[in-house]
Amino acid sequence: MDHPRENLIALAGNPNCGKTTLFNAITGARQHVGNYPGITVEKKEGYCQVNGRQIQLVDLPGTYSLTAYSLEELVARNFLIQDRPCAVINIVDSSNLERNLYLTVQLLELGIPVLIALNMVDMATARGVEINSEELGRRLRLRVIPMVARTGSGKAELLEAAAQLVEKVTDWEPLYISYGPDIDPVLDSMEAQIRAAAFLTDSLPARWTALKYLEADEEVIRKGKDKDATLSSKLEEVAGQVSKHLQKTLDSYPEAIIADHRYGFISALLKEGVVKQSHKADRLYLSDQLDRVLTNRFFGPVIMMLIIYAVYKFTFTYSKVPVGWLEAGFSELGRFADSSLPPGPFKSLIVSGVIDGVGGVLGFVPLIVFMFFAIAFLEDTGYLARVAYMLDRVFRTFGLHGSSVMAYIISGGIAGGCAVPGVLATRTLRSSRERIATLITAPFMNCGAKLPVFAMLIAAFFREKEAQVMFLLTILSWVAALLIAKLFRSTILRGPSTPFLLELPPYRLPTFRGLLIHTWERAWQYVRKAGTIILAISIIFWALMSFPGLPETERKIYDEERASILAVASQGVKEPLLNAGASAGGEATQPKSPFKPQAAVNPAGGSGSLASLQEIDNEEAQAALKNSIAGRIGSGLTLITSVNGFDWRTNVALLSGIAAKEIIISTMGTAYSLGRTGRGEQIPLSRRLAADSSWSPLKAFALIIFIMLYAPCLPTVTCIIRESTWRWGLFSMCFNTLTAFIVSALVYRGGLWLGLG
Amino acid sequence: MAVVLLREMAKGQTGTIHRVTASGEIGRRIRDMGLVPGTRFKVQGRAPLKDPVAIRLRNFTLTLRNSESDFIEAEVEEV
Repeated sequence: MDHPRENLIALAGNPNCGKTTLFNAITGARQHVGNYPGITVEKKEGYCQVNGRQIQLVDLPGTYSLTAYSLEELVARNFLIQDRPCAVINIVDSSNLERNLYLTVQLLELGIPVLIALNMVDMATARGVEINSEELGRRLRLRVIPMVARTGSGKAELLEAAAQLVEKVTDWEPLYISYGPDIDPVLDSMEAQIRAAAFLTDSLPARWTALKYLEADEEVIRKGKDKDATLSSKLEEVAGQVSKHLQKTLDSYPEAIIADHRYGFISALLKEGVVKQSHKADRLYLSDQLDRVLTNRFFGPVIMMLIIYAVYKFTFTYSKVPVGWLEAGFSELGRFADSSLPPGPFKSLIVSGVIDGVGGVLGFVPLIVFMFFAIAFLEDTGYLARVAYMLDRVFRTFGLHGSSVMAYIISGGIAGGCAVPGVLATRTLRSSRERIATLITAPFMNCGAKLPVFAMLIAAFFREKEAQVMFLLTILSWVAALLIAKLFRSTILRGPSTPFLLELPPYRLPTFRGLLIHTWERAWQYVRKAGTIILAISIIFWALMSFPGLPETERKIYDEERASILAVASQGVKEPLLNAGASAGGEATQPKSPFKPQAAVNPAGGSGSLASLQEIDNEEAQAALKNSIAGRIGSGLTLITSVNGFDWRTNVALLSGIAAKEIIISTMGTAYSLGRTGRGEQIPLSRRLAADSSWSPLKAFALIIFIMLYAPCLPTVTCIIRESTWRWGLFSMCFNTLTAFIVSALVYRGGLWLGLG
Repeated sequence: MAVVLLREMAKGQTGTIHRVTASGEIGRRIRDMGLVPGTRFKVQGRAPLKDPVAIRLRNFTLTLRNSESDFIEAEVEEV
C-alpha cells in the first residue's frame, strides 16, 4: 500500500459536532481556505507546532458517512485515500455518540489510524451522560481524548496524542465487522479474490473494496472497471446475487443490512460500562423548549420574519458608514491620480478604468463582512436550520430548498439588498440542483443599486404612487424568481429534489472568535477576486465606453464653439472661465469615466457663459458616447429593442449597467446631454424624461421590468462563477437578459394593445 | 402493536422503526442518519405547514419531508 504522507493529519467529523471550532482552536490564524480542485467544496488547511514538529492539518468537509453520494463525502473519502494522511482526528459529539460513531466505524474500516476527540463532554455531563473514554478507546483500540473545543480544554492532550501517531507512522489496519450470515461468507470470498489479484490493493484494503461492491458504490466500481474489467464484473455479479437473495428472503438490500450491522456494532460497543445515563433520555432540554416557541405554528413564522428583518437591517445599516469611508477613500485616490498624472488615455484608464472599477467592487466589502457575520451567527447558533425546516414546504413547491430563502432576502428580497453577498449565501445550500436554481434567480431581486434607477423612473412617471409601485416591484421580483426557478427545475435542472433529512442541532452560542474567522475568510476570498477578474472586466468596459472617441473634425467644432463664447465673455469673468474651459475642454477630449459621475466644473462667476460652456461640454460628451463602441452597439441594438420601446440612449445605459446597476443613471444623463448626474442627482434626468414626449409611463414600466430581470452586474456574475462554473455565469447573463427582453416586450406591447401607451 | 407509516404518526407519539423501505441514495441517507430498524424515536413536531416532520432519536433532532417519511414504517407504542 502507498506510504502515508509525513506530518499530515486530517480532521473528520459530522456537521455540527464542533469541528470548525476545534480546527480554529488548533491552528489559530495560521490557516488557508481554498477549494478542492475543480469543485466548490471548501478546503481548509492549517498548521500547528507540537514537540518541535510542524503538523499540517486539513479540515475535511463535515459528513455523516463516507459513501459516495454527496460531494462532501466523496471529497473527504478521496482525500483520505489519495493524499494518505498519517492519521485522522475524528471529532465526536459526546452528547450524540451513536450517530457520530457511525462515521468513526467507517473510518476504521478504511484502516486509517484514528484518534477520537470526544467533544462537548461538558454538555454531555450536563445532560447526565457519562462516557468512559478509556474503556471506549480500549474497545476500539485507539485513543479517545475527552475535550471541550469551545474552551480549548483537552486540546493539549489531543495534540500530544496526535504527535505520537505522527511519530510512529503505522500501516493501515482495517477494522473487521461481522455483517451476519448472509453477507460475511460472500465478503470473505470476495476479499480473497481481490487479494489474489492485487485488485486496487495499492491504495485500498481488500475487504473495504469488497464491501463497497456489495454497497453498489458507483465510484469504487468505476475505478475497479478501469483497473480490471473482468474481475470487476465478476464482483458485481456476486454482489447482484447477494442482493437478489436478500430481497427474496428478507425483503431487504445489502446496504441496509450493512448499515444495520454497523449500528449494531456501535450499540454493542457502548453497552456495559461505556455510557452511563443518569436521568431519562427524552427529557426536554432548553434547546427543545426554545424550539417549542421558535418553530411553533404561529409564533415560529412571526419570529422568523423579525429575525430575518433584523439581519437585513443589521447588514445594511451598519455597513453604510464603512462603505462611505471606502467610497470616499477611492474617490480621494481618484482625485489624487487625476491631479498627479498627465492628461491622456493612460490617466483616464487609471482613474476611470482601474480606480473607479475596482473601487466600486471593493466598496461592497463592508457589506459582505456584515452579511457574513450575521449569517455565520445564525448558522452557528443553529437557527438557520430551523428557517430551512419552516420554509421548506413553500420553497419546495418551486423546486427549491428551505435554505434558498436567505439568498433571496439578502439579494434584495426586501428591497435594497445586494446580490453579491446573496449569491455567496447560497453556500448554506448543500445540493447542487437547488443551489444553481437559487444562484441564477437571486439576482432578480431588487438590490440597492437598482433602487435609485427605479426611484428616478417612478418619480418621472408614477408620481404620488411611489410606495405602491415599489411594493409591486418587490412582489414582482419574488414572483419572477420563484417562477423561473420552477421553470429551471422542470427543464434544465430537472431531477428529484435532494433528500431533505436535516438535523436540527441544539441551539448554541457561537464564539466571537469563530465568527470573526468565518467572516474574514469569506471576505478575503471576495477581495482577492476583485483584484483579478473584476479589474480586467472594468478595463474592458471603460474601453467600450471611451473609444474610439470623437473624430478630429467634430471635436474642432466643439472647440470653436467654446472659443466663441470665451471671446464674447466680459473681461472680469474671463480668467476663471478660461480655466474652467480649459479643464472642461481637456476633459471632454479624453474619455470620461463610465463608472463615476465627475463633479461638474463650477467655478464662481460668469454663470451665463459658463452654463453655455457646460452645455457644449455635455453635448460633446453625448456625441462621444454615441460614437463609442458601446454607443454603436446601443444604436445597433435598437433594431431589436424597438420592440420594448428602447432607443439607443436607453440601450447604452443598460449596457453600462452590466458593470454596476447604479451607473445606468449617469450614463443616461450623459446620453441626454445632461452632464454627469450622480447618485442622488437623478432629479434633472427624471424631469427630462417626464417632459419627453417619446416616453410614457408604460415605456418606463417596461424599462423597470427589464432592469429588474436582465443580466446580473459583473461583481455578481463573478461570484456566480466562483460558486458554480463559468458556464453558469455566462448562462446567467444570457438567460436573464433574454427573460428580461421577453417579459418587458410583453409588458410594452401588451400595454400598447390595451391602449395604455 | 400497529405498524404504521411515519407520516401517519401524531405529534408526541413514540415508536420503534420496523422497516426502511427505501433503497439507493434516499435509503442510504436515511440509514446514515441512524434510522435503522429497532431505533426508538419520538415525533417532536411538524413545521408550520405540516411538512417536514421533526423526530427525536439517539439524542438528536432530525427533520424529514413527509415524502421521505413514507419510506419509514414504525411500530407505535400505545400510551
